[in-house]
Amino acid sequence: MQREGSPVQGMSVVLLKELADHLRSGRMRVLEWLIILTAAAALYGVFQQIRNTTASDPYVFLRLFTAAQEPMPSFSALLGFLVPLVAIGLGFDAVNGEYSRRTMSRLLSQPIYRDALLMGKFLAGLATLAISLLALWLLVIGAGLILLGVPPGGEEIARSLLFLLLTLAYAGVWLAVAMLCSIVFRSAATSALVSLGLWLFLSLLWPMLAGALAQAVAPPDPVALMLGQPGMETLQWQQALERLSPSQLFGEGVLALLVPSTRTLGPVFLSQLQGAVIGSPLPLSQSLAIVWPQLVGLIAAVILLFTLAYMVFQRREVRA
Amino acid sequence: MSTDVIQAQGLTKRYQGRTAVDGVSFAVGQGEVFGLLGPNGAGKTTTILMLLGLTDASSGSVSVLGRDPRRSPLAVKREVGYMPDAVGFYDYLTARENLAYTAKLMEIEAGERNARIDAALERVGLAGDADRRVAAFSRGMRQRLGLAEIVLKRARIAILDEPTSGLDPQAAEDFLGLIDSLRRDGVTVLLSSHLLDHMQRICDRVALFHRGRIALMGSVPELARQVLGGRSAVLVEARGRDLPALLRGIAGVTSVEAQGDQRWRLRAERDVRPDIARALVAANAELLRLDDEPLSLDAIYNRFFHSMAQGERRHAA
Repeated sequence: MQREGSPVQGMSVVLLKELADHLRSGRMRVLEWLIILTAAAALYGVFQQIRNTTASDPYVFLRLFTAAQEPMPSFSALLGFLVPLVAIGLGFDAVNGEYSRRTMSRLLSQPIYRDALLMGKFLAGLATLAISLLALWLLVIGAGLILLGVPPGGEEIARSLLFLLLTLAYAGVWLAVAMLCSIVFRSAATSALVSLGLWLFLSLLWPMLAGALAQAVAPPDPVALMLGQPGMETLQWQQALERLSPSQLFGEGVLALLVPSTRTLGPVFLSQLQGAVIGSPLPLSQSLAIVWPQLVGLIAAVILLFTLAYMVFQRREVRA
Repeated sequence: MSTDVIQAQGLTKRYQGRTAVDGVSFAVGQGEVFGLLGPNGAGKTTTILMLLGLTDASSGSVSVLGRDPRRSPLAVKREVGYMPDAVGFYDYLTARENLAYTAKLMEIEAGERNARIDAALERVGLAGDADRRVAAFSRGMRQRLGLAEIVLKRARIAILDEPTSGLDPQAAEDFLGLIDSLRRDGVTVLLSSHLLDHMQRICDRVALFHRGRIALMGSVPELARQVLGGRSAVLVEARGRDLPALLRGIAGVTSVEAQGDQRWRLRAERDVRPDIARALVAANAELLRLDDEPLSLDAIYNRFFHSMAQGERRHAA
């Protein structure tokens, strides 16, 4: 049966209201401070370290994102860890919260489709993340300007903005996961726990499991064993399995975008290195070509998860 | 009837293996107050959700203001105001902000939004609390805010699910007054409740739900005739000797039921009040009260479900 009227009717109203809610919520404030303080701690050490090499390094601003000073991890690694937390924090009670507040049926009795509600909420979460990330990016670049005393080059700006886009896509995956959980589970606590559990599993446990699984699926051949190295097939399996986790895709993307000398994200063959000047940076277009599958993979995951959430939501009964 | 604004034909809703609403048909006329009555879980709320297009019917058809809520839900929802059972609001927003959000969803022009919100809050008596957070509102105030939303919408049909349950008597009284004022504005009201005296006072017609079906439908006097059979009972209060025997002896009286030392409840085939008076005076008894028992939905309801239960027991045996 064809239904009448636009599915996005009222979406911008939902989007603006949710955005306002996010931006003034205490939850968001706590998460923002968490990121800013940890980022400051990570960057403090890095500034000490790279000040000495400012003159000789053409990509000194990118080093702000990637350099790590013990005991803190690098800024990009920190973002990879904290951004999912923020995304889950924004999404885990998006839909079941409306049920538990008993506002769902009142809202849906207004002239809007469910599409508008779900899409508006998702885009509001994404917009909140984009605003926070952009603010953070400006802070880092600004601090870099003051403390390093050199302006960033055009390519550095382009690369770090692409890194921002990658981070947003990565955050979008976790936002979609959290919203899916908020639809599937009636209780906000369950939804938060499941999304956080999934995040921990995929970020911490899966890389270890992937290695073991690869060994099981493709045992190393005797030659490789003699050389004390994993076989080619095992390596490929391991990498393919690892890439099921969005955090692996994000990590690889960061490497290719922020470390311009990255030539490949998989095993390297000697034949591929012929004529290459090891350690010399690649042009942006080539780095983009390397990172393209990772970026597309993350965006595809967002769309897939959102579609799944949409389908489940359409089938939900309105009455709580 | 050409002025029917809601028509339901053979409406059925099945959830996995369970039939929540089973072939319900009814029509509500323009300006009428129509009550859906029945115990919890009888299918009232499900029926309401199908009218709004918020739940798809398994079979049957609905027409609201001449439109199919499944095909053009937006057009229907623009004209119909709905207040769900135990209506909820965003606790961290004020009453005005809550209404402003839905006003935007209703596509009320920015220019007239504030004036209409103020008017709606004034109407339900919340003008003084407009800028307080809803978190501090009592249940009665929330219900009134829910009604303010319907007023704000200028809905032609108001659908209220259990509007007075959980309210204290005074709040319920106020709320019934507000519903009545909607009726005076020409709004068609459909409400569901299990609170019989409230329904009796406000509804033109009621439909009695039982296990997903409409068991009875009509105005309260009509239902009384159907269920209580012809005449209502007569209440007699008198002092004297051997009065039960005397009352039973009056021609036309079918039963006499004692309700205390001096009170009896009589059922009869015809209006026997003059005969009772005459007989009591002739017997030198002191007649204190002689009255038709007031028609009550309560009595209808109890009698009806009592007979249903008995019927089922007979079936089982």
